[in-house]
Amino acid sequence: MKSRIFWGIVAPVAAIVTSLLLISGILLLKHTSPVDILKAMIDYGFSPRNIVAELNIASGYYIAGVAAAIGFKMMLFNIGIDGQYRLAVFFAAVVGGLFTLPPVLHVTLIILVGAIVGGLWGSIAGYLKVKRGISEVISNIMLNAIAAGLVAYLLQPTRLGEQAEGSNNLNTPIIAPSGQLPTIPFLGGQIHGFIIFTVFIGLAYWVLLNKSTFGFNLRATGLSFKAARAGGVNAPKMIFVTMALSGAIAGLTGMGTLLSETHSYSISFPSGYALTGLALALLGRNHPVGIAFAAYFWAFLDRSAGVLDLNGVPKEIITIMQGTIVLSIVVAYEIVKRINKQQEQKLVGSASATLKVSATTEGEASA
Amino acid sequence: MSALLNNVMKNKVVRKFASPWRLALLVALVLIVISVVRRITGANDLTSAGLSSATLRFTIPLLMAGLGGLWAERAGVINIGLEGMMIAGTWIGAWFAFLHGPWIGFLAAAIGGALVGLFHGILVVKIGIDQAVSGLAINLLALGAARYLSGVLFIPNGGDISVSPMVQQPGYLTVPGISSWLLSINGKNIIILSDAAGVLAGFVTEISWATIFLLITVPLSTWILWRTRFGLRLRFCGENPIAAESLGVKVYRTRYMALAISGMFASLGGAYLSLVASQVYREGQTAGRGFIGLATVIFGNWRPSGVLAGSVLFGLTDALRVRQPTSIHAALLVIVILGALFVIWSITRGRMKTASITAAAALFIGFIYIKVPIIPNEFVTFFPNLATILVLVLLAQKLKPPAMLAVPYREREEGH
Repeated sequence: MKSRIFWGIVAPVAAIVTSLLLISGILLLKHTSPVDILKAMIDYGFSPRNIVAELNIASGYYIAGVAAAIGFKMMLFNIGIDGQYRLAVFFAAVVGGLFTLPPVLHVTLIILVGAIVGGLWGSIAGYLKVKRGISEVISNIMLNAIAAGLVAYLLQPTRLGEQAEGSNNLNTPIIAPSGQLPTIPFLGGQIHGFIIFTVFIGLAYWVLLNKSTFGFNLRATGLSFKAARAGGVNAPKMIFVTMALSGAIAGLTGMGTLLSETHSYSISFPSGYALTGLALALLGRNHPVGIAFAAYFWAFLDRSAGVLDLNGVPKEIITIMQGTIVLSIVVAYEIVKRINKQQEQKLVGSASATLKVSATTEGEASA
Repeated sequence: MSALLNNVMKNKVVRKFASPWRLALLVALVLIVISVVRRITGANDLTSAGLSSATLRFTIPLLMAGLGGLWAERAGVINIGLEGMMIAGTWIGAWFAFLHGPWIGFLAAAIGGALVGLFHGILVVKIGIDQAVSGLAINLLALGAARYLSGVLFIPNGGDISVSPMVQQPGYLTVPGISSWLLSINGKNIIILSDAAGVLAGFVTEISWATIFLLITVPLSTWILWRTRFGLRLRFCGENPIAAESLGVKVYRTRYMALAISGMFASLGGAYLSLVASQVYREGQTAGRGFIGLATVIFGNWRPSGVLAGSVLFGLTDALRVRQPTSIHAALLVIVILGALFVIWSITRGRMKTASITAAAALFIGFIYIKVPIIPNEFVTFFPNLATILVLVLLAQKLKPPAMLAVPYREREEGH
């Protein structure tokens, strides 16, 4: 147990160090001092203004990470987070912009619409996997493209979107104040009120996974589909429900921005949440606290990249760094897994050897 | 062992091939329907030389991505990194074409793509990390690297952070005599004959040499994968790596080679985009074509000819979308009429279930044809994705993916 926690922390740290070394190499090739750049990034990234921005970005990342982690627990690779999030936040914005409701009710409705739309879209891949045996990776890639196309289609001014005069930006109608979530003042900035829900999602994820029958069945099915089935778990149903649940959580990814910042969906909503979510779940080892650290780290990298161009370094170096982290983390886990397996085999080997020895001595004694 | 492989190869499984006559009849039928629809709707672009040459230009990148996916998946590895390998191809192709001309650009893209493919191979085969994670990370790395290198190399050479300097493209071929002859028939507006001439003219007029060379890779892939020892072993690794290893096939080495070839193809598709289709590298040029390539593999039932058919279909919708959106509307009518003919044929064969499903689909498309005068661009854009999901749902039983696709395999270690 002790060694598991040890390796669980060593692997991500090793991955980050590896990527830092690689980036330092690239910087040295450009005759730039990696130490100066790192110092500039830390100074810039930890300024109060940026901490607030990072917390807001990290909150969205965290939800995407939890969505991916639930899938991972079931050995499902939810690469469809992108499509689920986009469709969900779009419809949540549209429904929220339709009418005025009592404040709490309005916000609840918007969040529910997001979760339901995301869940429904996610369950398509779940259905295809359970009923048709189609890999969720393939179906989700296709569904992402379809979701992006549908939203682009519906966002046209003649349909559900509108275009401000003199602007190229398309957006949905602004949500009335009753459907807006207040921000929390922090370090002179404004943190999305939805961050409280984010913490709640993390808690719910932990409770669901570790304290409920559903979570037990989920983990069991993820570990071995056949064994869980033999043990009386309706494994296909678990796959379907997990995919839908993962989609529902992914549907909440953009809620912080929607409810507390923009109050409408526009084409400038960020994309690429699927990859980020999966990376964070891997980096945080599917643990609610681990994902939280990973999400903040990721947001820090995103924000502090802004200072790089001022220092004559293209900020795309951060994208390279993030890609390297993802790769080195999975490589590190794979190596750790193999070391553990070898140790186990050694233990089993020596244990069975002592058993044999004691059995023979007993045999000799009785004779 | 080689004797056994030889035996397997000699006992070729007898398969039903579509006879050339039946194929010719089918092509003629489709042509007649298109010709009639063109007359009725006035969508003259449907059989123009311009459309068929544009279709060819849109098809090649998808085809190369699709073949890249096919080679990897036949060896049992899924390659989500096709998009990143295409990005690598667009960038490497443009940079080396800028330095040394288009052919060196293609050559460099092939080598670079093979290296990226090999990188994917080492990660998933040797180290054994998740195939989808590796692919996604490669997509991210390629994107970051292309942007970073553009900043370093393109900006000092008259380019931009997201655009390369203009590059020269490979030469063109216009078949003398035949091209002008076909174009003159096309101009005379004789039903069916002019249509056929128009379509054919697009294939012999100003066709890039790169197009010709890349098209050859389709029969070449079929030949290597189904008629050579190397191809047999490669497919063996995708169907049953344990048995393959027990017969002495080096599974790891075979998969490395398959992934190097996969990366090479995807990268060549990218280089085609930047060197032939636009003569400049532009960020985002691949626009998800790597993923559509993945779709063509499913669409084509893991066969090179099928991948070609899928790429032509998706390339055609792309070309129609860019050239004349109204002709997509006319194309719906073509589908409805062909669907109706297929229903009649199915009924005569007694396939009532197929007939009823097709009839329902044809009626649905017919309804759209009447109700929606212009098909929205967004729907055309995701048509390949939707079509692939429909194929997966409706024809899952008929698809034959490699049995051990995306299942990790560990070679037995030495000394055990």
